[in-house]
Amino acid sequence: MIQEHARIAAVKEIASNIFQLSFLSSSISRSALPGQFVNVKAEESAVPLLRRPFSIFSVDGETVSIIFNVVGLGTKLLSQKKAGEILDVLGPLGKGVFPFNDEKFDTALLVAGGLGVAAFPFLNSRLHASKKVISFLGARTSSFVVRKGLDNIHVATDDGSEGFHGTVVDMLKNFMNENTVLHPRIYSCGPMPMMRTLAKYSREKNVPCYAALECEMACGIGLCQGCPVEAAGEGRKYKLVCKDGPVFDVREILF
Amino acid sequence: MNESFSLRNVRFNNRIFVASGTFGYGDEVAELVEFDGLGGIMTKSLSLKPRDGNPPPRITETASGMLNSIGLANIGVHKFIEEKIPALEHHACAIIANIAASTVEEYCGVLELLDPHKRVDGFEINVSCPNVKEGGLSFGTDPVKVALITKELRKRTRKPLIIKLTPNVTHISEFARAAEAEGADAVSVINTLIGMAVNIHTKEPKLSTITGGLSGPAIKPVALAKVFEVYKSVKIPVF
Repeated sequence: MIQEHARIAAVKEIASNIFQLSFLSSSISRSALPGQFVNVKAEESAVPLLRRPFSIFSVDGETVSIIFNVVGLGTKLLSQKKAGEILDVLGPLGKGVFPFNDEKFDTALLVAGGLGVAAFPFLNSRLHASKKVISFLGARTSSFVVRKGLDNIHVATDDGSEGFHGTVVDMLKNFMNENTVLHPRIYSCGPMPMMRTLAKYSREKNVPCYAALECEMACGIGLCQGCPVEAAGEGRKYKLVCKDGPVFDVREILF
Repeated sequence: MNESFSLRNVRFNNRIFVASGTFGYGDEVAELVEFDGLGGIMTKSLSLKPRDGNPPPRITETASGMLNSIGLANIGVHKFIEEKIPALEHHACAIIANIAASTVEEYCGVLELLDPHKRVDGFEINVSCPNVKEGGLSFGTDPVKVALITKELRKRTRKPLIIKLTPNVTHISEFARAAEAEGADAVSVINTLIGMAVNIHTKEPKLSTITGGLSGPAIKPVALAKVFEVYKSVKIPVF
């Protein structure tokens, strides 16, 4: 983990109101693991005050990318950055990462709701070639679907404008019913209601499931204790999304 | 310019201290910050037993500020002694243990456990947390209680004793005078201001506890005015 003033390589709109920002960092690119995030200061000013956390979308050589949609001042400022400008980045952050290089699974099911897709191209790039990877992407409408860096894609849209008309979890369930999937493992990221449904399904079907959680954050490194999530079982009542996560085995968390 | 100064028997390298709650117990930030450039670290508040803290959401951003309602989530004094003090051993800057409690006895108990440890250079007493139901702010808004806590703790340590005051009172200087009169070596000014934020779409408060403590650049002018008020009314240093 370092704080770095990284040079921006590019900012481009890759889908409707969805931007990819790439910056150069030899140290973050070298040490980052799938599921980790960076905490970015959108502007060296008091407004917006807090850094913004983003999943590491991709790592290519020394180029690290994040994606985001413009929802407020922070993301608006980031979308207006230009190549060559300097970005204050803290990362890579998070101790809970996607397990990806073990022998306990053969098929990786990447299940993304909306901008949850941000966590997956990096994971996809690190999964061993022997693993079968299937990507399930849910979005409100066709123009919000981000396919970049993913393979074997199935799309679900809320409005039926593309692919399956319905939720990404229902699409996954149908797929699992209709196909034989060898030793699956689910990787997921998306809005809480989707993750809750998916966690329940994975328990019912006894399929291992890892979830990258999103949460409003301040420090991103466990100091402020601002991003708790309720833990399952004995021991601590809460875990921190930033430090203990952002990726959890869904059995560790009370959704 | 020599920035060093002393409180009682402790020499501090300079006047730059990191406020309680912003720096954890120190060890988490060791990769990022050069400790030796600091005068001291005020640890996250320590209580006698570990505390889970408040349910989420605990933080929300406001204009030039942040509202928090952490609820004193901390590992407890015993674990601090076992795990954190050894990790802080080789740093040159002072370590000020911040203590929170819900009774006078508990404040005394935590201080007595920490006092024998050489690495703990002094104490900051949190009588002003706005986010827990019992203790905390209810002590900090009654000058008689601030005086009582200071008096009892003073009997139990020769190390620097700093009382952290709340701005959520009419005259903060009364509280500073009460602490000074009972032997405090300094006061910390200020803890967070009580604040609230509402999601206009859902009409729900943004924090689980409805109100929280406001910090950040937004409150700096308030803090400076409180520092000035306290500075005029006591002779002990103001942190």
